[in-house]
Amino acid sequence: MTTLPPRPFSGVRWLVRTTLAVLALLTIVAFATFDSRSVDVGKATAEFLAGFQRLLLEPRLENVTFVELLEQLAITVALGALTTLIGAAVAFVAALGVARNLAPRWLSLVINSVTALVRAVPTVLWVLLFAVSAGLGSVAAVIGMSFHSAGYLIKAYAESFEEIERGTLEALEASGATWWQIVAQAVVPSSVTALLSWTFVRFEINFSTAIAMGAAAGAGGIGFDMFMASGFYLDLRELGAFTYAVLAFAIALEWFATRTTARIHRPG
Amino acid sequence: MLPREYLLRRRVWAGIGLAVIVALASGASWLTDFDLARALRAFPEAAGWAVANFVPDAAAWRRLPKILDKLNETILMAVASSTVAALFALVFAIAGARTTAVHPWAGLVSRGVATVFRNIDVSAWALILLFSFGQSAYTGYLALFFVTFGFLVRVMIETIDEVSTDSVEALRATGAAYTAIISQSVIPACLPRMLSWLLFMIETNIRSATLVGILTGTGIGFQFDLYYKSFNYPAASLLVLVVVLAVLAIEVSSNAIRRAVL
Amino acid sequence: MAFLEITDLTKRYGAETVALDGITLSVERGAFVVIIGPSGAGKSTLLRCINRMIDWGSGEIMLDGVAVGALAGPALRRHRSRIGMVFQHYNLVNRLSVLENVLHGRLGAMSSLAGVLGLYSAEAQQEALRIVQMLGLEPQLYKRCDQLSGGQKQRVGIGRALIQNPALLLCDEPIASLDPNAARVIMDTLAGINRTLGITVLVNLHQVDVALRYAGRIIGVNQGRVVYDGPPAGVTRDHIAMIYGAEADELLIERQVTDVAA
Repeated sequence: MTTLPPRPFSGVRWLVRTTLAVLALLTIVAFATFDSRSVDVGKATAEFLAGFQRLLLEPRLENVTFVELLEQLAITVALGALTTLIGAAVAFVAALGVARNLAPRWLSLVINSVTALVRAVPTVLWVLLFAVSAGLGSVAAVIGMSFHSAGYLIKAYAESFEEIERGTLEALEASGATWWQIVAQAVVPSSVTALLSWTFVRFEINFSTAIAMGAAAGAGGIGFDMFMASGFYLDLRELGAFTYAVLAFAIALEWFATRTTARIHRPG
Repeated sequence: MLPREYLLRRRVWAGIGLAVIVALASGASWLTDFDLARALRAFPEAAGWAVANFVPDAAAWRRLPKILDKLNETILMAVASSTVAALFALVFAIAGARTTAVHPWAGLVSRGVATVFRNIDVSAWALILLFSFGQSAYTGYLALFFVTFGFLVRVMIETIDEVSTDSVEALRATGAAYTAIISQSVIPACLPRMLSWLLFMIETNIRSATLVGILTGTGIGFQFDLYYKSFNYPAASLLVLVVVLAVLAIEVSSNAIRRAVL
Repeated sequence: MAFLEITDLTKRYGAETVALDGITLSVERGAFVVIIGPSGAGKSTLLRCINRMIDWGSGEIMLDGVAVGALAGPALRRHRSRIGMVFQHYNLVNRLSVLENVLHGRLGAMSSLAGVLGLYSAEAQQEALRIVQMLGLEPQLYKRCDQLSGGQKQRVGIGRALIQNPALLLCDEPIASLDPNAARVIMDTLAGINRTLGITVLVNLHQVDVALRYAGRIIGVNQGRVVYDGPPAGVTRDHIAMIYGAEADELLIERQVTDVAA
């Protein structure tokens, strides 16, 4: 009988397994130290299933009209769009300072560090921080949400810029073009479709965030109505109607995004 | 067509594009009642206020153990809900991917379920779950679990179809059993990429858990809300600092792992 | 004084690699000079020193009586705008039309803002049209460059250089990525430009046979040094061996084959 030679050591396999083991361990710890706060899980689950069924099968509006629902949905969409556009404008300029083929190394390092810090603060905290001086409302929400939009898009745009071949930029530089001319005449035309795709992907994310900010940070829109239906009127069926509205819009966005943005790679 | 006309046409299109963007931005500002001038004023105001008031003081530092305890709870929630969601998602993805589908209908069902789960925002899930699970950790866990599950099913299906189509075909040709193909070919080939997505979701979920905590009265989000509403800004600032450090640390390590395994 | 004077030019990359090791040569106005040598001999570096795309260590380059090493800012831009450059990989903006790529050659002579907005003068547009016609690209005028063949792309690259109205044309391996037919068209075009427009042309080539056929003068470079400088007729087998070292045998076989074919 022959025995197989021992498997050679693979660093990747070891790392994958170790990471999975650590995650499994943390999960066990999480459930062991779980603060159940005297919730009867069986009863709550049954309630949830019954409630979810009602939410899905018997949606209806009670405290707002259908037109008002559409209005609130439009506000949420507008909040998502506005923060995407502001983020995009900031990110375009900043990404020019990050892309390795356009900017000096030190500048790229500085901007990347600031971006990492900005992104480390959850959006809801940014919004609440600005709300202290600007008051709860759209101004604080827009500023706070634009932070993460810009941070995300800077990374995406810079990567799109870096895909432009060094030679193309060299050719224009060799003919005496200035840096801004190269940006306008070579960088923008070469990357414009990628930029648009990324911006749309971010809009999808910002639509979700806008709902959350309406619910948790007073940003208005449909998120706030959902919060009221859930916490104030305790009306599952109305919450169902809102859920359908949000779900329909989100699925439409996702469908559109997968058709138009197949070319770019999502993060991860 | 003369060069002049061609160039003019290009410029007109660029102008139209720009006009559309400006129109979108002003329309959205009007709808949301957003005032750019006020926002620009709010910026330095907020910065000045933060420098003066948003600084941890001695009393805040004494609350550090409490804050760390809540942070711990939040990180565990993000890790546990994501990991469990990944397990479920793996099953659904294998059932739903074109390469490994048990039945054509399974793919449709699996994709459909995942679409609904990920397209209801995590905050909306939290609000729905509040009805039956109340202000408890269950609400947060389940809300994160649902959204993560929906997202991971989608990317895992993409991964399986991209990575293992050829090898599955080869093994099928040798007459290997379905379970053997899955365990010997599909999972080993896709594991690094799936792990990378799981790490991405854990990062995302730590931020989301903060938000969900505000809605459900749990974890670090709730703690922030408490300090914030009682105007205890020094303690709130310490909390933000701790969150920033935790998120950065997790991001750095998961980036390192991702680079190594991909 | 000659049109282009290079004196004792030395360039190092890091501490170890010497790219140019005391190059001295002069080129008369209107000459067609081919620089041959193995890859890594310093040919590309030499060309990029002449339009100051890279800086060097010691030595000096004088072009038309101007010291190139001392130039900076707008003066450097003006210097570069008087020198056309043609590249191995064409280096076009693939998503723009032939017309726009040719017009890019004018950016260096425009104000920065006009260039950013793409406001090319009527005269520039006329000139672009004339050059495109001359290069036989008129049917492709409004085509995107990613739809062109390699030879067509290189003609666009030449057009972009020509619209600069250059006194000197630097060509860095212009035919290395082309099939033999397209290569002949490009070399004929370059020779024609030199003959009819009187533009001084410096071409880097890898192919000895092509160099001997087109050059008015050959400069052989090896390890950053000039090892041959004279007419094509004076190039012997020994010279080839000296220029190419170990690669020589291979090239000589190729040459014999072409000799037989001719």
